[in-house]
Amino acid sequence: MSKRITIDPITRIEGHLRIDVDVDGGKVQKAWSSGQMWRGVELILLGRDPRDAWAITQRICGVCTTVHAITSVRAVENALKLEIPLNAQYIRNLIILAHSVHDFIVHFYHLSALDWVDVTSALKADPDKTAILGESLSSWHLNSKHEMRRVHERLKHFVNGGQLGIFTNGYWGHPAMKLSPEVNLLAVAHYLQALEVQRKANKIVAILGSKTPHIQNVAVGGVANPLATDSQAVLTVERLMAIKGWIDELSDFVKNVYLIDVAAVGAFYPEWTQIGKGITNYLSVPDIPLDTKGTQFAFPGGFIEGGNLAGRKPITSFNDAYWTKGVEESVKHSWYDYEKAGALHPFKGETKPNYTDFKDDAKYSWMKSPTFYGKTAQVGPLARVLNGVAAGHAPTTKYATAALDTVSALAQTKIGLDAMHSTIGRHAARAITCCVNVDLLADQWTALLSNMGKGDLSTFNKPVFPKDEIMGMGFHEAPRGALSHWVVIDNGKIKNYQCVVPSTWNACPRNEKDEPGPYESSLLNTPIADPEKPLEVLRTIHSFDPCIACAIHLTDTQSDTAITVKAV
Amino acid sequence: METSCLRAVVIGIGNTILTDEAAGVRVVEALERAYEVPPNVQLIDGGTSGMEMIEELSNLDILIVVDVVKTGAAPGTVVKISGDEIPVFFRKKLSPHQVALPDVLACLELLDTMPKEIIVLGVEPVSLELGMEMTSTVARQVPVLVEMAAAELVKRGYALTARTALVV
Repeated sequence: MSKRITIDPITRIEGHLRIDVDVDGGKVQKAWSSGQMWRGVELILLGRDPRDAWAITQRICGVCTTVHAITSVRAVENALKLEIPLNAQYIRNLIILAHSVHDFIVHFYHLSALDWVDVTSALKADPDKTAILGESLSSWHLNSKHEMRRVHERLKHFVNGGQLGIFTNGYWGHPAMKLSPEVNLLAVAHYLQALEVQRKANKIVAILGSKTPHIQNVAVGGVANPLATDSQAVLTVERLMAIKGWIDELSDFVKNVYLIDVAAVGAFYPEWTQIGKGITNYLSVPDIPLDTKGTQFAFPGGFIEGGNLAGRKPITSFNDAYWTKGVEESVKHSWYDYEKAGALHPFKGETKPNYTDFKDDAKYSWMKSPTFYGKTAQVGPLARVLNGVAAGHAPTTKYATAALDTVSALAQTKIGLDAMHSTIGRHAARAITCCVNVDLLADQWTALLSNMGKGDLSTFNKPVFPKDEIMGMGFHEAPRGALSHWVVIDNGKIKNYQCVVPSTWNACPRNEKDEPGPYESSLLNTPIADPEKPLEVLRTIHSFDPCIACAIHLTDTQSDTAITVKAV
Repeated sequence: METSCLRAVVIGIGNTILTDEAAGVRVVEALERAYEVPPNVQLIDGGTSGMEMIEELSNLDILIVVDVVKTGAAPGTVVKISGDEIPVFFRKKLSPHQVALPDVLACLELLDTMPKEIIVLGVEPVSLELGMEMTSTVARQVPVLVEMAAAELVKRGYALTARTALVV
C-alpha cells in the first residue's frame, strides 16, 4: 500500500517549504515540492526609484541579503549600460566571495551535517583515536588529542546537563546513520570550530559592506566605500590587512577541514553517490567580473543538457542573448494566473495570485516553474562545478580532482566524476566551490590593493536615467546558484521587476509540460527506512541548500515542524 | 564593575516587507532616533538573519530582542518575556536545521558565550501581508516598545540621553 508523507515546513530557514512524497515498496514513487508562502516583492517595487530597489530586494530573504543587493544594482546598471569603476567591481567581488564562503561553511556544518552525523554516538568515541584519525586525514592544527578530549568533555557536559539545545530534534540512532563514534566526534569538533571560523567571513562582509546582515555600501553605479591610503575613517590599508589575515584563516579551514570532511562523508556513505540524481540539465552563470563592463569573469557559466559535459554551451556575459532569451517561467502548477496560457519571459512576467488549495495534478505551489529553452534545469554549486570542469577551468578542476582523490583513497575504490550526480555530489560541489572562492577572495584582495596602489581611488559613476523605457538584467552565481533580476524602467521609475531565484529553479513545481522540478525529480526512488522519520528525504532536499526566499520570521510559540503520514 | 565593561544589544528582528513583521526593526530604528546610546550598547537591525549575528551577540550582559510574537493574545498586545520563560520560549522551536535567533542562541550556548540575561519585547501582529507599511494598531505600539527597551537599559545602569534634550 502506498503511503503519503508530508513534511511541512521542512525547516524554518526555508520559509515554509512543503515536501510531499508517495512511498511504496520502501521507495519514493512520486514527489511534490511546494512553496507555502507568496513572495510578492515584485509588486512592492512597482513605481519606485530603481536606485532604491537593491535595499528593498535584500530584504527578500534573511540568508541571501547581499546577493539580492548585488544582483539588483547589476540589473539597473545593465539597463543604463553603465560601467562601474574597477575598485567597485573588486569590492563587490570581495563581498560576494566572503558571503559565499560564510554561507557554504554554515550550510554544511550547521544545516546539513546533522543529517549524516549522530551527535549522541560521538559520546561513545575515544578522543585519542579520533585525533589519530583526524591527523591522518589532514594537517589541520585542531585535530589534536587535546582538542578532541576538550570537545568530548564539552559534549558530555552539554548532553548530560539535559541541554541538547540545537541538537534536540536530530534523528539520533536512525538506521541510516552509519558513521563510527570517532568520525562522529571529529565532525562535532569541526562543527564547533566552524562556528568560530565562519565569523571571519562575516567580518569581511561587515567591514566592506559597512554593516551586516544588511550591507549599506552598494549603489547603482558602484559602491559607497570611500577609499584612502591614509585616512582612518574609511577603508584603509590597515583594515585591508586585517581582511587578508581572515582570508588566510578561512583558506586553511576550507581546504584542510571542509573539503576533507565532505570527502569523508562521501566515502563512508557510498550509497548516497547513487541517490538523489534527478535533473541533469545544469545551468550556471559566469561571475566575479574582472573589468568595468562585466565582460570578463573569473569563472565560467553555461548550460549542460542531460549530463553531457562535452555538449556544454557557454554563457559569456551580462548581455549574452543565449542566456537572456532562454529564461521563461510557467505558472501551470503555481498559484498564479497569466493572462494567456503558456510560459512568460521575465521582462513580460506577471504576478497575479490565484490560490486554489494543494492539488496534486494541478496548482500546488507559490513558486513559479522556470525553464531554460523549455527545459527544467538544476542550478547551484554542482551546476557550477560541472560547467567549470567542462570548460577546462583550472581551479575548479584542481579542487574537484582533490576531492575525488580523497574520497577514492578513503573508500579504497576509484570514485569518478559520475558520482557527482547525486546527493553527496551536491555537497562535494559546494566544498569544491568554496575552495575556488576562497582563492578568488585572495586574488581579488590583491587586485584591489594593486589598483589602489596605481592611484585609482574611484568607486562610483553617477547614474543618469533617460525618459524612455529601458530594460536590464543582472545575474549572479549566488551560493545556491544562478540568480537573476529583470527590470523594466520607464522615465526613471520601475515598471516591472522579476526575480528568478536559485531556489525557484530547484524547488519549482512541475513545468508547462508537467515534468517534475529538480527537488521532485531527485527524490524519486529514494529508499525510506521509516516513514515516520523520513531522514532520507531531508538528506536530499538539504543537499540543495534550500532557502525559499521570503523567510518570514515570526516568533511563533505555537507551531512546530509536522510530519504526517497517511495511507493513500 | 564599571558600566563601560558591560555590553548590551537591542536587536530588532523581522521582515520589513511584510507589514507588521517590520515592528522589531522599526523599534530599533526609532530607538536610535530617540536616544543617544553609550558605546557599550549596540542597536542592531537583525532583519531575518541568523548566523551572521553570532559575533555581535557573544558575551553580552543583556540581550533585548524586539520581535512580533504570536502567543494567542489580541493583535497589538505588547508582551515582555523574561527570566524562566526565556529558555522555554526559545527551546520549544529548536531543530537542527533552523537558522534564526533560537539557533544563534543555541550556538552561543555551545560556544559558552550566551548573554547573561535575555528579554523579549514583542507585539502581536495584525497583518503579515506583503507591504512596506505596518498596520496602525502595531505602528502605535512602536513608541511604547521604544520606551520599554530604553527603560530596561536604564534600569541596568546604561546611560541613555534623549536626543530631543540634546537639541534643546
